[in-house]
Amino acid sequence: MQKRLLFNSKLLQITISRLCQHLIENHGDFSDSVILGLQPRGIYLAERVRKELESILGKPIQVGYLDTTFHRDDFRRRDHPLTPYETKVPFLIENKRVVLIDDVLFTGRSVRAALDAMTTFGRPTKVELLVLIDRMYSRDIPVEANYVGRRVNTMKSQRVLVELQEQGTEEDNIWLINEPE
Amino acid sequence: MSQLKTKHLLGIKNLDPEEIELIFETADNFKDVLNRPIKKVPSLRDVTVANVFFENSTRTKLSFELAEKRLSADVINFSSSGSSVKKGETLLDTVNNILAMKVDMVVMRHSSPGAPHFLSKHIDANIINAGDGTHEHPTQALLDTFSIRERTGDVAGKKVVIVGDILHSRVALSNIFALQKLGAEVMVCGPATLLPKHIGSLGVKVELDIRKALEWCDVANVLRIQLERQKMRYFPSLREYSLYYGINKQLLDSLDKEIVIMHPGPINRGVEITSDVADSEHSIILDQVENGVAIRMAVLYLLAGNVE
Repeated sequence: MQKRLLFNSKLLQITISRLCQHLIENHGDFSDSVILGLQPRGIYLAERVRKELESILGKPIQVGYLDTTFHRDDFRRRDHPLTPYETKVPFLIENKRVVLIDDVLFTGRSVRAALDAMTTFGRPTKVELLVLIDRMYSRDIPVEANYVGRRVNTMKSQRVLVELQEQGTEEDNIWLINEPE
Repeated sequence: MSQLKTKHLLGIKNLDPEEIELIFETADNFKDVLNRPIKKVPSLRDVTVANVFFENSTRTKLSFELAEKRLSADVINFSSSGSSVKKGETLLDTVNNILAMKVDMVVMRHSSPGAPHFLSKHIDANIINAGDGTHEHPTQALLDTFSIRERTGDVAGKKVVIVGDILHSRVALSNIFALQKLGAEVMVCGPATLLPKHIGSLGVKVELDIRKALEWCDVANVLRIQLERQKMRYFPSLREYSLYYGINKQLLDSLDKEIVIMHPGPINRGVEITSDVADSEHSIILDQVENGVAIRMAVLYLLAGNVE
Protein backbone atom coordinates (compact mmCIF):
# COMPACT_ATOMS: atom_id res chain seq x y z
CA MET A 1 0.00 0.00 0.00
CA GLN A 2 1.52 3.32 -1.12
CA LYS A 3 0.63 6.50 0.67
CA ARG A 4 1.49 10.15 0.19
CA LEU A 5 1.30 12.74 2.96
CA LEU A 6 -0.98 15.64 2.04
CA PHE A 7 -1.00 17.46 5.40
CA ASN A 8 1.01 17.24 8.57
CA SER A 9 0.14 19.12 11.79
CA LYS A 10 2.04 22.26 10.88
CA LEU A 11 0.73 22.54 7.35
CA LEU A 12 -2.78 21.85 8.61
CA GLN A 13 -2.56 24.68 11.13
CA ILE A 14 -1.21 27.11 8.52
CA THR A 15 -3.96 26.10 6.10
CA ILE A 16 -6.72 26.55 8.69
CA SER A 17 -5.36 30.01 9.52
CA ARG A 18 -5.40 30.95 5.84
CA LEU A 19 -8.93 29.65 5.38
CA CYS A 20 -10.10 31.62 8.41
CA GLN A 21 -8.59 34.85 7.05
CA HIS A 22 -10.40 34.17 3.81
CA LEU A 23 -13.66 33.59 5.72
CA ILE A 24 -13.26 36.88 7.62
CA GLU A 25 -12.77 38.74 4.32
CA ASN A 26 -16.23 37.61 3.24
CA HIS A 27 -18.09 37.29 6.55
CA GLY A 28 -16.66 40.15 8.61
CA ASP A 29 -17.25 39.55 12.31
CA PHE A 30 -19.60 36.63 11.64
CA SER A 31 -22.57 38.43 13.21
CA ASP A 32 -24.86 37.16 10.43
CA SER A 33 -22.97 33.95 9.72
CA VAL A 34 -22.96 30.47 11.23
CA ILE A 35 -20.87 27.35 10.67
CA LEU A 36 -22.23 23.84 10.14
CA GLY A 37 -19.73 20.98 10.34
CA LEU A 38 -20.76 17.84 8.45
CA GLN A 39 -20.74 14.60 10.42
CA PRO A 40 -18.67 12.64 11.04
CA ARG A 41 -15.28 14.26 10.38
CA GLY A 42 -16.27 17.73 9.23
CA ILE A 43 -17.17 18.59 12.82
CA TYR A 44 -13.53 18.38 13.95
CA LEU A 45 -12.48 20.77 11.23
CA ALA A 46 -15.44 23.04 12.08
CA GLU A 47 -14.31 23.16 15.72
CA ARG A 48 -10.76 24.08 14.69
CA VAL A 49 -12.09 26.82 12.45
CA ARG A 50 -14.26 28.05 15.31
CA LYS A 51 -11.27 28.16 17.67
CA GLU A 52 -9.14 30.06 15.16
CA LEU A 53 -11.94 32.54 14.31
CA GLU A 54 -12.73 33.15 17.97
CA SER A 55 -9.09 33.87 18.75
CA ILE A 56 -8.87 36.32 15.84
CA LEU A 57 -12.26 38.00 16.29
CA GLY A 58 -12.43 37.75 20.10
CA LYS A 59 -16.10 36.74 20.12
CA PRO A 60 -18.06 33.47 20.14
CA ILE A 61 -18.89 31.91 16.77
CA GLN A 62 -22.00 29.76 16.31
CA VAL A 63 -21.13 26.22 15.21
CA GLY A 64 -23.55 23.34 14.62
CA TYR A 65 -23.16 19.71 13.61
CA LEU A 66 -25.18 18.42 10.67
CA ASP A 67 -25.71 14.73 9.95
CA THR A 68 -26.78 13.90 6.41
CA THR A 69 -27.52 10.17 6.80
CA PHE A 70 -31.30 10.41 6.41
CA HIS A 71 -30.94 12.67 3.35
CA ARG A 72 -28.47 10.58 1.37
CA ASP A 73 -29.47 9.35 -2.08
CA ASP A 74 -27.87 5.89 -1.70
CA PHE A 75 -30.28 4.51 0.91
CA ARG A 76 -31.40 0.98 -0.13
CA ARG A 77 -28.62 1.02 -2.73
CA ARG A 78 -26.02 -0.28 -0.33
CA ASP A 79 -26.16 -3.51 1.68
CA HIS A 80 -27.11 -2.00 4.97
CA PRO A 81 -28.27 1.36 6.29
CA LEU A 82 -25.64 3.86 7.45
CA THR A 83 -25.55 4.59 11.15
CA PRO A 84 -26.60 8.17 11.81
CA TYR A 85 -24.58 10.60 13.91
CA GLU A 86 -25.84 13.39 16.12
CA THR A 87 -27.25 16.53 14.56
CA LYS A 88 -26.83 19.56 16.80
CA VAL A 89 -28.01 22.86 15.40
CA PRO A 90 -28.87 24.94 18.48
CA PHE A 91 -29.73 28.08 16.49
CA LEU A 92 -31.96 29.15 13.62
CA ILE A 93 -30.33 29.44 10.22
CA GLU A 94 -33.20 31.47 8.76
CA ASN A 95 -31.74 34.58 7.08
CA LYS A 96 -28.21 33.62 8.12
CA ARG A 97 -25.17 33.04 5.95
CA VAL A 98 -24.13 29.43 6.40
CA VAL A 99 -20.65 28.00 5.91
CA LEU A 100 -20.74 24.22 5.50
CA ILE A 101 -17.47 22.57 6.48
CA ASP A 102 -16.27 19.10 5.53
CA ASP A 103 -12.90 17.40 5.38
CA VAL A 104 -12.93 16.05 1.81
CA LEU A 105 -14.98 17.00 -1.25
CA PHE A 106 -15.18 13.99 -3.56
CA THR A 107 -18.32 13.14 -5.54
CA GLY A 108 -20.34 16.02 -4.08
CA ARG A 109 -23.17 13.72 -2.98
CA SER A 110 -22.62 14.34 0.74
CA VAL A 111 -22.81 18.07 0.12
CA ARG A 112 -26.03 17.65 -1.84
CA ALA A 113 -27.47 15.67 1.10
CA ALA A 114 -26.20 18.35 3.49
CA LEU A 115 -27.94 21.11 1.51
CA ASP A 116 -31.13 19.08 1.80
CA ALA A 117 -30.66 18.39 5.53
CA MET A 118 -29.80 22.01 6.22
CA THR A 119 -33.07 23.34 4.83
CA THR A 120 -34.99 21.52 7.60
CA PHE A 121 -33.63 24.21 9.93
CA GLY A 122 -34.74 27.18 7.83
CA ARG A 123 -33.84 29.15 4.72
CA PRO A 124 -30.42 30.76 4.82
CA THR A 125 -29.66 33.84 2.71
CA LYS A 126 -26.46 32.29 1.41
CA VAL A 127 -24.65 28.97 1.68
CA GLU A 128 -20.94 28.44 1.16
CA LEU A 129 -18.74 25.39 1.34
CA LEU A 130 -15.32 25.05 2.95
CA VAL A 131 -13.29 21.86 2.53
CA LEU A 132 -9.80 20.90 3.48
CA ILE A 133 -9.21 18.73 0.43
CA ASP A 134 -10.85 19.03 -2.97
CA ARG A 135 -10.46 15.84 -5.00
CA MET A 136 -10.62 17.47 -8.43
CA TYR A 137 -12.31 15.93 -11.49
CA SER A 138 -14.24 13.43 -9.32
CA ARG A 139 -17.62 15.08 -9.09
CA ASP A 140 -20.85 13.15 -9.78
CA ILE A 141 -22.93 16.29 -9.41
CA PRO A 142 -22.15 19.98 -9.94
CA VAL A 143 -20.93 21.05 -6.51
CA GLU A 144 -17.85 23.21 -5.92
CA ALA A 145 -16.28 24.59 -2.76
CA ASN A 146 -15.80 28.30 -2.03
CA TYR A 147 -12.82 27.77 0.28
CA VAL A 148 -10.31 24.99 -0.36
CA GLY A 149 -7.33 23.94 1.74
CA ARG A 150 -5.66 21.99 -1.02
CA ARG A 151 -6.71 20.75 -4.44
CA VAL A 152 -5.55 17.24 -5.25
CA ASN A 153 -5.79 15.32 -8.49
CA THR A 154 -6.82 11.80 -7.51
CA MET A 155 -8.09 8.61 -9.05
CA LYS A 156 -11.28 6.84 -8.01
CA SER A 157 -9.23 3.92 -6.73
CA GLN A 158 -7.37 6.16 -4.27
CA ARG A 159 -8.72 7.28 -0.94
CA VAL A 160 -7.97 10.05 1.48
CA LEU A 161 -7.22 8.99 5.05
CA VAL A 162 -7.83 11.74 7.58
CA GLU A 163 -6.17 11.25 10.97
CA LEU A 164 -6.90 14.03 13.43
CA GLN A 165 -6.01 14.13 17.10
CA GLU A 166 -9.71 14.48 17.97
CA GLN A 167 -10.16 10.95 16.62
CA GLY A 168 -7.53 9.59 18.99
CA THR A 169 -4.38 9.67 16.83
CA GLU A 170 -1.13 11.04 18.23
CA GLU A 171 -0.72 13.75 15.61
CA ASP A 172 -2.57 15.19 12.64
CA ASN A 173 -1.81 13.52 9.34
CA ILE A 174 -3.79 13.40 6.12
CA TRP A 175 -2.75 10.83 3.56
CA LEU A 176 -3.58 9.94 0.00
CA ILE A 177 -3.63 6.18 -0.22
CA ASN A 178 -3.34 3.92 -3.24
CA GLU A 179 -5.57 0.93 -2.56
CA PRO A 180 -4.07 -2.39 -3.70
CA GLU A 181 -5.60 -3.71 -6.91
CA MET B 1 -23.47 -3.17 14.71
CA SER B 2 -25.01 -1.15 11.90
CA GLN B 3 -27.87 -3.33 10.76
CA LEU B 4 -30.55 -5.70 12.02
CA LYS B 5 -29.98 -9.39 11.42
CA THR B 6 -33.52 -9.94 10.22
CA LYS B 7 -35.64 -8.44 7.47
CA HIS B 8 -38.80 -8.64 9.59
CA LEU B 9 -39.71 -7.44 13.06
CA LEU B 10 -41.98 -10.23 14.27
CA GLY B 11 -41.27 -10.08 17.98
CA ILE B 12 -38.76 -9.12 20.64
CA LYS B 13 -38.00 -12.75 21.48
CA ASN B 14 -35.60 -13.20 18.56
CA LEU B 15 -33.87 -9.82 18.79
CA ASP B 16 -30.38 -9.50 20.31
CA PRO B 17 -29.70 -6.83 22.95
CA GLU B 18 -27.31 -5.21 20.42
CA GLU B 19 -30.12 -5.00 17.88
CA ILE B 20 -32.37 -3.31 20.44
CA GLU B 21 -29.56 -0.86 21.23
CA LEU B 22 -29.15 -0.13 17.50
CA ILE B 23 -32.88 0.63 17.24
CA PHE B 24 -32.60 2.95 20.28
CA GLU B 25 -29.59 4.81 18.88
CA THR B 26 -31.35 5.27 15.55
CA ALA B 27 -34.51 6.40 17.35
CA ASP B 28 -32.48 9.02 19.27
CA ASN B 29 -31.62 10.58 15.93
CA PHE B 30 -35.20 10.39 14.68
CA LYS B 31 -36.45 11.99 17.89
CA ASP B 32 -34.14 14.88 17.08
CA VAL B 33 -35.67 15.05 13.57
CA LEU B 34 -39.16 15.19 15.14
CA ASN B 35 -38.16 18.27 17.12
CA ARG B 36 -36.99 20.23 14.07
CA PRO B 37 -39.05 22.93 12.34
CA ILE B 38 -39.41 20.54 9.37
CA LYS B 39 -40.07 17.07 10.76
CA LYS B 40 -39.52 15.06 7.63
CA VAL B 41 -36.61 13.24 5.99
CA PRO B 42 -36.56 11.68 2.52
CA SER B 43 -35.05 8.27 3.42
CA LEU B 44 -38.00 6.06 2.39
CA ARG B 45 -39.13 8.11 -0.60
CA ASP B 46 -39.05 5.08 -2.92
CA VAL B 47 -40.72 2.72 -0.43
CA THR B 48 -44.41 1.85 -0.23
CA VAL B 49 -45.77 0.65 3.10
CA ALA B 50 -49.12 -1.06 3.65
CA ASN B 51 -50.67 -0.77 7.09
CA VAL B 52 -52.82 -3.88 7.29
CA PHE B 53 -54.97 -3.86 10.40
CA PHE B 54 -57.28 -6.82 10.97
CA GLU B 55 -58.00 -5.52 14.46
CA ASN B 56 -58.93 -2.11 15.85
CA SER B 57 -56.19 0.35 16.65
CA THR B 58 -55.93 4.09 17.18
CA ARG B 59 -52.53 4.87 18.63
CA THR B 60 -50.42 2.22 16.91
CA LYS B 61 -51.93 2.82 13.49
CA LEU B 62 -51.61 6.60 13.73
CA SER B 63 -48.09 6.28 15.09
CA PHE B 64 -46.98 3.96 12.27
CA GLU B 65 -48.64 6.11 9.65
CA LEU B 66 -47.01 9.25 10.98
CA ALA B 67 -43.61 7.50 11.18
CA GLU B 68 -43.97 6.35 7.56
CA LYS B 69 -44.96 9.82 6.39
CA ARG B 70 -42.14 11.48 8.32
CA LEU B 71 -39.80 9.16 6.39
CA SER B 72 -41.47 10.16 3.08
CA ALA B 73 -42.81 6.66 2.34
CA ASP B 74 -45.96 6.14 0.29
CA VAL B 75 -48.62 4.75 2.59
CA ILE B 76 -51.73 2.69 1.99
CA ASN B 77 -54.11 1.73 4.76
CA PHE B 78 -56.24 -1.34 5.04
CA SER B 79 -58.63 -2.33 7.79
CA SER B 80 -60.58 -5.56 7.78
CA SER B 81 -63.93 -3.97 8.51
CA GLY B 82 -65.57 -3.15 5.20
CA SER B 83 -63.06 -5.26 3.24
CA SER B 84 -63.22 -8.54 1.34
CA VAL B 85 -62.03 -10.37 4.47
CA LYS B 86 -65.67 -10.28 5.46
CA LYS B 87 -66.45 -12.11 2.21
CA GLY B 88 -64.22 -15.00 3.21
CA GLU B 89 -60.85 -14.10 1.66
CA THR B 90 -57.87 -15.75 3.38
CA LEU B 91 -55.10 -13.78 5.06
CA LEU B 92 -52.51 -14.86 2.50
CA ASP B 93 -54.76 -13.96 -0.44
CA THR B 94 -55.56 -10.58 1.04
CA VAL B 95 -51.92 -9.70 1.62
CA ASN B 96 -50.78 -11.11 -1.73
CA ASN B 97 -53.34 -8.91 -3.44
CA ILE B 98 -51.98 -5.90 -1.60
CA LEU B 99 -48.42 -6.90 -2.51
CA ALA B 100 -49.38 -7.24 -6.18
CA MET B 101 -49.68 -3.46 -6.05
CA LYS B 102 -45.87 -3.36 -5.48
CA VAL B 103 -45.76 -2.82 -1.75
CA ASP B 104 -42.34 -3.08 -0.06
CA MET B 105 -43.27 -3.30 3.61
CA VAL B 106 -46.29 -4.56 5.52
CA VAL B 107 -47.21 -3.39 9.02
CA MET B 108 -49.74 -5.90 10.29
CA ARG B 109 -52.01 -6.29 13.27
CA HIS B 110 -54.01 -9.48 13.58
CA SER B 111 -56.05 -11.17 16.28
CA SER B 112 -54.34 -14.53 15.74
CA PRO B 113 -50.99 -15.13 17.43
CA GLY B 114 -48.36 -16.02 14.82
CA ALA B 115 -50.16 -14.44 11.86
CA PRO B 116 -47.15 -12.25 10.90
CA HIS B 117 -44.80 -15.24 11.28
CA PHE B 118 -46.99 -17.18 8.86
CA LEU B 119 -46.94 -14.33 6.38
CA SER B 120 -43.17 -13.89 6.62
CA LYS B 121 -42.71 -17.43 5.34
CA HIS B 122 -44.81 -16.76 2.24
CA ILE B 123 -44.08 -13.25 1.03
CA ASP B 124 -41.00 -11.19 0.17
CA ALA B 125 -41.93 -7.84 1.74
CA ASN B 126 -40.55 -6.72 5.10
CA ILE B 127 -43.12 -7.44 7.80
CA ILE B 128 -43.53 -5.52 11.03
CA ASN B 129 -45.74 -7.04 13.67
CA ALA B 130 -48.03 -4.35 15.10
CA GLY B 131 -49.63 -6.83 17.51
CA ASP B 132 -50.65 -10.44 16.98
CA GLY B 133 -53.41 -11.53 19.34
CA THR B 134 -52.12 -12.16 22.86
CA HIS B 135 -48.61 -12.94 21.58
CA GLU B 136 -46.28 -9.99 20.89
CA HIS B 137 -46.35 -6.25 20.23
CA PRO B 138 -42.66 -5.54 19.61
CA THR B 139 -42.74 -1.82 18.79
CA GLN B 140 -44.73 -1.13 21.96
CA ALA B 141 -42.09 -2.91 24.06
CA LEU B 142 -39.33 -1.02 22.25
CA LEU B 143 -40.96 2.34 22.88
CA ASP B 144 -41.67 1.41 26.52
CA THR B 145 -38.07 0.44 27.22
CA PHE B 146 -36.82 3.43 25.20
CA SER B 147 -38.97 5.68 27.42
CA ILE B 148 -37.59 4.05 30.59
CA ARG B 149 -34.05 4.59 29.26
CA GLU B 150 -34.86 8.21 28.48
CA ARG B 151 -36.41 8.92 31.90
CA THR B 152 -34.04 6.96 34.14
CA GLY B 153 -30.83 6.89 32.08
CA ASP B 154 -30.56 3.13 31.68
CA VAL B 155 -32.80 0.08 31.63
CA ALA B 156 -30.17 -2.26 33.09
CA GLY B 157 -30.60 -2.85 36.81
CA LYS B 158 -34.04 -1.25 36.98
CA LYS B 159 -36.94 -3.02 38.67
CA VAL B 160 -40.04 -2.94 36.53
CA VAL B 161 -43.46 -4.25 37.49
CA ILE B 162 -46.10 -4.93 34.87
CA VAL B 163 -49.51 -4.55 36.46
CA GLY B 164 -52.88 -5.88 35.38
CA ASP B 165 -54.20 -8.16 32.69
CA ILE B 166 -51.06 -10.15 31.90
CA LEU B 167 -53.04 -13.09 30.55
CA HIS B 168 -54.47 -11.26 27.55
CA SER B 169 -51.62 -8.83 26.99
CA ARG B 170 -49.20 -8.96 24.07
CA VAL B 171 -47.62 -5.82 25.51
CA ALA B 172 -46.72 -7.74 28.69
CA LEU B 173 -44.96 -10.56 26.87
CA SER B 174 -42.96 -8.29 24.57
CA ASN B 175 -42.07 -6.05 27.50
CA ILE B 176 -40.84 -9.00 29.57
CA PHE B 177 -38.54 -10.08 26.71
CA ALA B 178 -37.25 -6.57 26.05
CA LEU B 179 -36.69 -5.67 29.69
CA GLN B 180 -34.86 -8.91 30.44
CA LYS B 181 -32.65 -8.60 27.36
CA LEU B 182 -31.67 -5.10 28.49
CA GLY B 183 -30.84 -6.27 32.01
CA ALA B 184 -33.89 -5.15 34.01
CA GLU B 185 -35.61 -7.18 36.72
CA VAL B 186 -39.25 -7.87 35.92
CA MET B 187 -42.24 -8.57 38.13
CA VAL B 188 -45.83 -9.14 37.11
CA CYS B 189 -48.69 -8.20 39.41
CA GLY B 190 -52.41 -8.74 39.08
CA PRO B 191 -55.28 -10.95 40.18
CA ALA B 192 -54.28 -14.63 40.01
CA THR B 193 -56.96 -15.21 37.38
CA LEU B 194 -55.25 -12.72 35.03
CA LEU B 195 -51.73 -14.16 35.41
CA PRO B 196 -50.77 -17.02 33.05
CA LYS B 197 -50.21 -20.22 35.02
CA HIS B 198 -46.52 -20.71 34.22
CA ILE B 199 -45.50 -17.06 33.85
CA GLY B 200 -42.76 -17.62 36.47
CA SER B 201 -40.93 -19.88 34.01
CA LEU B 202 -40.03 -16.74 32.02
CA GLY B 203 -37.87 -15.68 34.95
CA VAL B 204 -40.21 -13.00 36.27
CA LYS B 205 -41.29 -12.47 39.86
CA VAL B 206 -45.00 -12.88 40.58
CA GLU B 207 -46.80 -10.72 43.14
CA LEU B 208 -50.49 -10.57 43.94
CA ASP B 209 -50.34 -7.56 46.27
CA ILE B 210 -50.12 -4.24 44.40
CA ARG B 211 -48.65 -2.36 47.38
CA LYS B 212 -45.77 -4.82 47.74
CA ALA B 213 -45.17 -4.66 43.99
CA LEU B 214 -45.00 -0.86 44.00
CA GLU B 215 -42.71 -0.83 47.02
CA TRP B 216 -40.33 -3.14 45.12
CA CYS B 217 -40.22 -1.40 41.75
CA ASP B 218 -38.64 1.67 40.13
CA VAL B 219 -41.09 1.68 37.23
CA ALA B 220 -44.70 0.48 37.03
CA ASN B 221 -46.11 -0.30 33.59
CA VAL B 222 -49.87 -0.42 34.07
CA LEU B 223 -51.84 -2.37 31.50
CA ARG B 224 -55.41 -1.95 30.38
CA ILE B 225 -58.04 -4.46 31.37
CA GLN B 226 -58.81 -6.03 27.99
CA LEU B 227 -62.52 -6.61 28.34
CA GLU B 228 -62.84 -7.37 24.61
CA ARG B 229 -60.57 -10.42 24.92
CA GLN B 230 -62.06 -11.78 28.12
CA LYS B 231 -64.43 -14.58 27.19
CA MET B 232 -65.35 -15.21 30.83
CA ARG B 233 -65.37 -13.18 34.02
CA TYR B 234 -61.93 -13.11 35.62
CA PHE B 235 -62.90 -10.82 38.49
CA PRO B 236 -66.24 -9.90 40.05
CA SER B 237 -66.50 -6.29 38.87
CA LEU B 238 -64.46 -3.38 37.54
CA ARG B 239 -65.10 -1.60 40.81
CA GLU B 240 -63.55 -4.47 42.75
CA TYR B 241 -60.58 -4.64 40.36
CA SER B 242 -60.05 -0.92 40.81
CA LEU B 243 -60.25 -1.26 44.58
CA TYR B 244 -57.58 -3.97 44.74
CA TYR B 245 -55.34 -3.17 41.75
CA GLY B 246 -56.13 0.40 40.75
CA ILE B 247 -53.24 2.83 41.19
CA ASN B 248 -54.26 6.12 42.78
CA LYS B 249 -52.44 9.11 44.22
CA GLN B 250 -52.95 8.07 47.84
CA LEU B 251 -51.26 4.74 47.15
CA LEU B 252 -48.31 6.42 45.41
CA ASP B 253 -48.00 9.08 48.14
CA SER B 254 -47.85 6.38 50.81
CA LEU B 255 -44.71 4.86 49.23
CA ASP B 256 -41.38 6.06 50.57
CA LYS B 257 -40.00 6.66 47.06
CA GLU B 258 -41.01 8.03 43.69
CA ILE B 259 -41.75 5.61 40.90
CA VAL B 260 -42.28 6.14 37.18
CA ILE B 261 -45.77 5.34 35.90
CA MET B 262 -46.31 4.04 32.36
CA HIS B 263 -49.37 2.93 30.42
CA PRO B 264 -49.49 1.72 26.82
CA GLY B 265 -52.99 3.17 26.32
CA PRO B 266 -55.84 3.38 25.86
CA ILE B 267 -56.41 4.22 29.54
CA ASN B 268 -59.53 3.16 31.37
CA ARG B 269 -59.42 6.17 33.68
CA GLY B 270 -60.60 5.29 37.16
CA VAL B 271 -60.14 1.54 36.60
CA GLU B 272 -56.46 0.58 36.43
CA ILE B 273 -55.21 4.10 37.03
CA THR B 274 -56.83 7.31 38.30
CA SER B 275 -56.69 10.59 36.42
CA ASP B 276 -54.55 12.34 39.03
CA VAL B 277 -51.88 9.66 38.57
CA ALA B 278 -52.15 9.47 34.77
CA ASP B 279 -51.70 13.25 34.54
CA SER B 280 -49.06 13.58 37.26
CA GLU B 281 -45.35 14.31 36.88
CA HIS B 282 -44.62 10.65 37.67
CA SER B 283 -46.39 9.60 34.49
CA ILE B 284 -44.50 9.31 31.20
CA ILE B 285 -47.56 8.18 29.26
CA LEU B 286 -47.42 11.00 26.70
CA ASP B 287 -43.64 10.60 26.36
CA GLN B 288 -44.36 6.99 25.39
CA VAL B 289 -46.65 8.18 22.60
CA GLU B 290 -44.07 10.69 21.35
CA ASN B 291 -41.29 8.10 21.49
CA GLY B 292 -43.51 5.64 19.63
CA VAL B 293 -43.15 7.62 16.41
CA ALA B 294 -39.34 7.82 16.73
CA ILE B 295 -39.04 4.10 17.51
CA ARG B 296 -41.25 3.15 14.56
CA MET B 297 -39.25 5.42 12.26
CA ALA B 298 -36.08 3.65 13.43
CA VAL B 299 -37.56 0.19 12.83
CA LEU B 300 -38.88 1.13 9.37
CA TYR B 301 -35.56 2.76 8.45
CA LEU B 302 -33.40 -0.14 9.59
CA LEU B 303 -35.58 -2.81 7.97
CA ALA B 304 -35.97 -0.90 4.71
CA GLY B 305 -32.20 -0.40 4.58
CA ASN B 306 -31.47 -4.13 4.82
CA VAL B 307 -31.30 -4.83 1.12
CA GLU B 308 -30.45 -8.38 0.13
